[in-house]
Amino acid sequence: MWEQIRVNKRNSVLLLGAMALALAALGFVLGMAFGGPDGGFIGLIVATAVWLVLMLISFASGDKILLASSKAVPVTHDVHPQLFNVVEEMKIAANLPKMPDIYIINEAAPNAFATGRSPESASVAVTAGLLAKLNRDELQGVIAHEVSHIVNRDILFVTLAGVMLGSIVLLSQVFLRSMWYGGMGPSRRYSSRSSSNQGGAQIVFVIIALVAAILAPIMAQLLYFALSRRREYLADAGAVRLTRYPEGLASALEKIASDRTPLKAANKVTAPMYISNPFRALKAENLYSTHPPIEERIRILRAMSHGASFKDYSDAYSRTVGGSGVIPAREARHAEPVELRQPSAESKPQEDRKRQIHDIGDIIRTVNRFAFLTCACGIKMKVPPGFKGDKVKCPRCGRISSVHT
Amino acid sequence: MWPLLIIGVIVLVAIVALIGIYNALVRLRNQVDNAWSQIDVQLKRRHDLIPNLVETAKGYMQHERQTFESITQARSQAMGAKTVEQASRAEGMLSDALSKFMLVVENYPELKANQNFLALQEELTSTENKIAFARQGYNDQVLFYNNKIQMFPSNVVAGMFNFTKRDFFEIENAAEREVPKVSFS
Repeated sequence: MWEQIRVNKRNSVLLLGAMALALAALGFVLGMAFGGPDGGFIGLIVATAVWLVLMLISFASGDKILLASSKAVPVTHDVHPQLFNVVEEMKIAANLPKMPDIYIINEAAPNAFATGRSPESASVAVTAGLLAKLNRDELQGVIAHEVSHIVNRDILFVTLAGVMLGSIVLLSQVFLRSMWYGGMGPSRRYSSRSSSNQGGAQIVFVIIALVAAILAPIMAQLLYFALSRRREYLADAGAVRLTRYPEGLASALEKIASDRTPLKAANKVTAPMYISNPFRALKAENLYSTHPPIEERIRILRAMSHGASFKDYSDAYSRTVGGSGVIPAREARHAEPVELRQPSAESKPQEDRKRQIHDIGDIIRTVNRFAFLTCACGIKMKVPPGFKGDKVKCPRCGRISSVHT
Repeated sequence: MWPLLIIGVIVLVAIVALIGIYNALVRLRNQVDNAWSQIDVQLKRRHDLIPNLVETAKGYMQHERQTFESITQARSQAMGAKTVEQASRAEGMLSDALSKFMLVVENYPELKANQNFLALQEELTSTENKIAFARQGYNDQVLFYNNKIQMFPSNVVAGMFNFTKRDFFEIENAAEREVPKVSFS
């Protein structure tokens, strides 16, 4: 486990260094475009300031912002006992120092993510759609994947890299928009108070800056996505090791892949945090993918028939995808045997689309503190939390029930 | 003078080593105890859930007295277990009784649809998973501790201060223990 974290750390430092360099270069070039040769350092300072501000915000309350922007609601054991239990099981299996906070996102698209800077302050968020569609073993697989991200400290990396990427995107956008709306604003302003000769040099700076502003975010994204893909494999391997049941995660991924409901609460920067790329429905798998092809992840998991250790995952990867595998060699070699287990005996009537949609509605209402009342005629009434008064009339039989709070 | 000084140094080194080894053993033993308490919490939770489960199920399955009796009996045995070894055996029997009970439940669709029963079943499943996951950690600690008190030089200190071997916690179930009968007739 430590070997893997160490390798991850080294790659992360390299990646973050490269992104910092890109950010600095972008700031310098943009500064030159705005203020001529002397503007370079001012640009550098502005870029650093933008980075610093975003960094402070994300460290102080990054997880809260992310959870809020995904419209995630914190829940207790009573709202969804199974989710709560599964997270606690994985906490015990992974030996986390503290129980992660649990959130439910009120959306029908099945997906999940983990956040928080350290295992001591981690949160796990799942969508209502995920809870309605998956059975216990599948949910356990997904939660184990998220807990593996927490254990591997992937969240810290995603936060750091996300801030870097965010600064780069922000700077380029501000520049490109000022060019677009201002109609070559910076160069005109500059040339009005300088000789035409310098104005010519200024145009060259502007062109360089334009190219940089267009290319930098693309390069930064490619770097960001390449490493986050690798982390997904590691988290899958970690999940199998925790649950000892690869089929759970495999069939969960299958169900998630077959669902085409878009996730409204996700955006470009938060995409790598989810278990499955929320934009998958919109474009093909390519260099921009934050996640490995989901079909490939399923194939690897299904090829694990002997055991659940990192070595078994690595072997399955070599057999299905080829190459030396994604698990660091030293980690794979001294792997201890981990036996697979049997599926748990829980039969949940599945694949009933209508029932699932109904369940999603119920979960969302529970999260939003609706009260559930069962009338004597058998109909279930949902009372919104802001309901005034203490009596409701049944829409079918007309009986009056009292609302208990 | 010199021989006395040398003996003094040797005794001092021995005392420091003794303290070090003793502290290491105490730390390991505490870790084993801590790991066990993690399992114990879950075992107690399981024992608490069973009366509710039986109570809920009784209304639906009047003709399964024997099943209920075997569960209740296995539970009281498990609650009376004093050592890890006794607990291993008793919890195994309780697991057997519960899985037999769950098989019988399959014949009662109304019970399976009962919300209260479903909630209890979920809690029980989760508790059993937690026991299984906590067991791995406990057994690792026990292996480490047992190795330490059997190996030189810590075995000398362990003998002096009465550090004893700890048992592994294995929930054995009868089905796995029995040798499958092969018949050629």
